[in-house]
Amino acid sequence: MNAHDTSLSQRTGAVDMTHGGGGRAMAELIRDLFARHLSNPVLDQGHDAAMLGAQAGRIVVSTDGHVISPLFFPGGDIGSLSVHGTLNDVAMAGARPIGLTVGFILEEGFPLADLERIVISMAQAARKAGVPVVTGDTKVVEKGKGDGVFITTTGIGVAPDNVDIRGDKAKPGQAILLSGTIGDHGVAILSKRENLEFETEILSDSAALHTMVAAMVDAVPSIAVLRDPTRGGLAATLNEIARESRVGMMLDEAEIPLKPDVSAACELLGLDPLYVANEGKLICICEEADAERLLEIMRAHPHGGDAARIGTVTEDANALVQMRTGFGGTRVVDWLAGEQLPRIC
Amino acid sequence: MKYVQEYRARDLAQKLAGAIAREAEAGRDYHFMEFCGGHTHAIFRYGVQDLMPDNVKFVHGPGCPVCVLPVRRLDDAVEIAERHNVILCSYGDMMRVPGTKQRSLIRAKADGADIRMVYSTMDALKIARDNPDRQVVFFAIGFETTTPPTAVAIRKAQADGIENFSVFCNHVLTPAAIQHILESPEVRDLGTVKIDGFLGPSHVSSVIGSEPYEFFAEEFRKPVVIAGFEPLDVMQSVLMLIRQVNEGRHEVENEYTRVVTREGNLKAQELVSDVFELRQDFEWRGLGMVPYSALQIREAYAAFDAEKRFAVSEKASREVKSCECPAILRGVKKPTDCKLFGTVCTPDNPMGSCMVSSEGACAAYWTYGRFRSETKAKADKEAAA
Repeated sequence: MNAHDTSLSQRTGAVDMTHGGGGRAMAELIRDLFARHLSNPVLDQGHDAAMLGAQAGRIVVSTDGHVISPLFFPGGDIGSLSVHGTLNDVAMAGARPIGLTVGFILEEGFPLADLERIVISMAQAARKAGVPVVTGDTKVVEKGKGDGVFITTTGIGVAPDNVDIRGDKAKPGQAILLSGTIGDHGVAILSKRENLEFETEILSDSAALHTMVAAMVDAVPSIAVLRDPTRGGLAATLNEIARESRVGMMLDEAEIPLKPDVSAACELLGLDPLYVANEGKLICICEEADAERLLEIMRAHPHGGDAARIGTVTEDANALVQMRTGFGGTRVVDWLAGEQLPRIC
Repeated sequence: MKYVQEYRARDLAQKLAGAIAREAEAGRDYHFMEFCGGHTHAIFRYGVQDLMPDNVKFVHGPGCPVCVLPVRRLDDAVEIAERHNVILCSYGDMMRVPGTKQRSLIRAKADGADIRMVYSTMDALKIARDNPDRQVVFFAIGFETTTPPTAVAIRKAQADGIENFSVFCNHVLTPAAIQHILESPEVRDLGTVKIDGFLGPSHVSSVIGSEPYEFFAEEFRKPVVIAGFEPLDVMQSVLMLIRQVNEGRHEVENEYTRVVTREGNLKAQELVSDVFELRQDFEWRGLGMVPYSALQIREAYAAFDAEKRFAVSEKASREVKSCECPAILRGVKKPTDCKLFGTVCTPDNPMGSCMVSSEGACAAYWTYGRFRSETKAKADKEAAA
C-alpha cells in the first residue's frame, strides 16, 4: 500500500461528502467496500459501462428504487431486498436475469458499518441467485436530504422467443395461482417500525423467484400472466391485471394461504392481509388444464411450498375482483385507497 | 385461528341465516340501525347482507369517530400543527379527512407541518419524551373505547412530569348520540328514517357496560342488542332483535357476553372520570350541536389541555357543498343517494369524512359493494336460468 493511501474505517467511520466527491475517498469507498464484496469478472473490469455477451431471445429490463424503512428488518434488509425485488420484476416477464446494476444514494453521516452490512447482504443475495452486479454508481447527499441509504437496482434478462407473458393476457376461464402465504413482508416491516413495534416471529418473505419461474416457463411456455404482488398486496396486483386484461376475477377466500401469525397481527392492527405487501410471492394466471402441473412445480420449489389455486378469471366489463368470503357471502376486493403503510420497499 | 375463525364459520352462518329467514315474518319489514362503523364494515366485508332475507334491512349509524368530527375541529388541529409548530400525533384514520377547502392533515404534512401517525397514546407520549424541546400534541378522537387510553396518557404525563405533552380532546359519547337520533324529527315525527331496533356498540359497551342503553330502550320503546364485531355476532344479534320485535319487547339484550357486562369496565370508567368531565355542548358532523355528548379535560389536568395551551383563531369552517355525509350519518340517506358518491368523491379523493375512514358508510359501500346491486341481480338471473 502506498504511504499516502488511507484505508476506509468501516468499523467507526461514517459517510461524508467526500465519499461522493470523485476524489480519493470515493475511490476508497468503491474499492474497499463495493468492489470488494460485489466482486465478479464483469464488475472487476472497472469500466463505467459493463459489457455482457449477446444472448438469443428478447432483452428484458426492469428498474426499481428502494427506500424502505427500517433498513434492517426480520428476514432481510434493503440490500437483499433490492436484489430480490428487481430479479423478480425481470422474472415476471418469463425472463432469465443475467445482470444487475446498482445506484446508491447515501446520506452524509450514515455509518459505514451499516453500509458494509447492506453491501454484504446484497452480494450474498446476488451470489445465491447466480446473477452478478455488473456496474454501479454512488452519490452522497447532505445530512437531512436522504434517509440513510436509498438503492436503485436495474435488472437485465433474456426471455425465450416462445414466451409472451403480459398483464393484459388474462382470459375468462383461466386459473389464478398464488405461490404462497400473503402479507409476511408487510407485517415483518411493520413489527419493527418506530412507534408501532410489536413482538413477532414473522419474517419477511423477501426472496428471488427467477428459478421457480424458469421451471414454470420451461414446463408451460404458454403462461398468460406472471406478477409479484408487492406494494398494495394481492388485491392491488389482481386489480391491475383485471384492468389491463379487461376481465373480472372471482377469488375464494378459504384458498388464499395466510399464516396464523400474520392473520393475528393484521386483526390487531386493523389491516386487511389482501393489501399487505409481499416480496417473495408470485401470481400466475394460466389455462385451467395447466394449473395442476404448475402448482406441482411451484410446490417443489423452496419458495413455493404453500402454492395454491385461489380463483378463476371471469368475464366482467367492470373489471371487478370479487371474492367468495369464508363466511359464505361475496365482496368486492377493491384497489387500495391511499397508502396502507408507507415505505415498505 | 383461535377466537377469530370461530366467529366467521360458514356452517354456523348458514344455520343462523335459516333461522332468520324462518322467524322474520313475511309482510313485515325490519329496519335495524347498526350504530358502529365496525358493524357496517363487518356487514360488507363478510357479505352479511347476502345472507339476510329481503325484509331485513340495515340502517347505517353515526358510530364512526372520524366521520362525526366536525370540520371546525379538524381545521383547529391543522392550525395547531401549523401555527404553533408542534408535533401533532394522530391516529391514522384521521390523516386523510378533508377539512375546509379540502385541507387534510396529510396535506398539511406535505406542506411541512410535523404530523405523525401513531397507533396508541403511548407512542405519542414517547415522541414527547424523545423530543423534549418540542411541544407534542395528541389529537384525541373517538368514542368511549379510545377515551381510557387518552386518560392514561394524561395521567402518565403528569406523573412523569412530561411538560411538553398535551391533548386536543375530541372524545364523544355514544348514548347521547343514540338518544339524539331517536329524538330527531326524521325518526320521531316524519318517519323518514324507520328504526325498529339497534345493534348496540361492542367495544364501547365493553367500557361503559350495557346499562346506559336501558333508559332509551324503555323510553323510546326500541330493542337494543349489544353485538360483537364478528359477522356471526351480527347475525345472532339480528335474530335476537327480530325475536324482540315479533314479541313486542324492547329490552337491552347482550349478545357480546364474552366481553360486555352490565356494569362495564369499572377501572376504565374511574380513569375517565378522574381526567375528563362532560362538555355542555359539542358539535357532531351530521347531528349538529348535541348537549352533554362529549368530554373535556378537567381543571386538575388543565396543564395538558391543548385547547388551553394553544390559541386557535375564529374561522369559517366549511364542508363541501352537496356532500351528504350529514344525512348519511343520521341514517336519512344511503351513500348511493349522494350525488358525489363514486363520481367526485372516492376513497382516493374523498370529499367527506364517510368516504375516508374504513368505518365510514361511504367507504364500506365503495370498497365492498358499489356494484352489488348489479352483480347480485346478474347472479340471481344466472341462477334462475
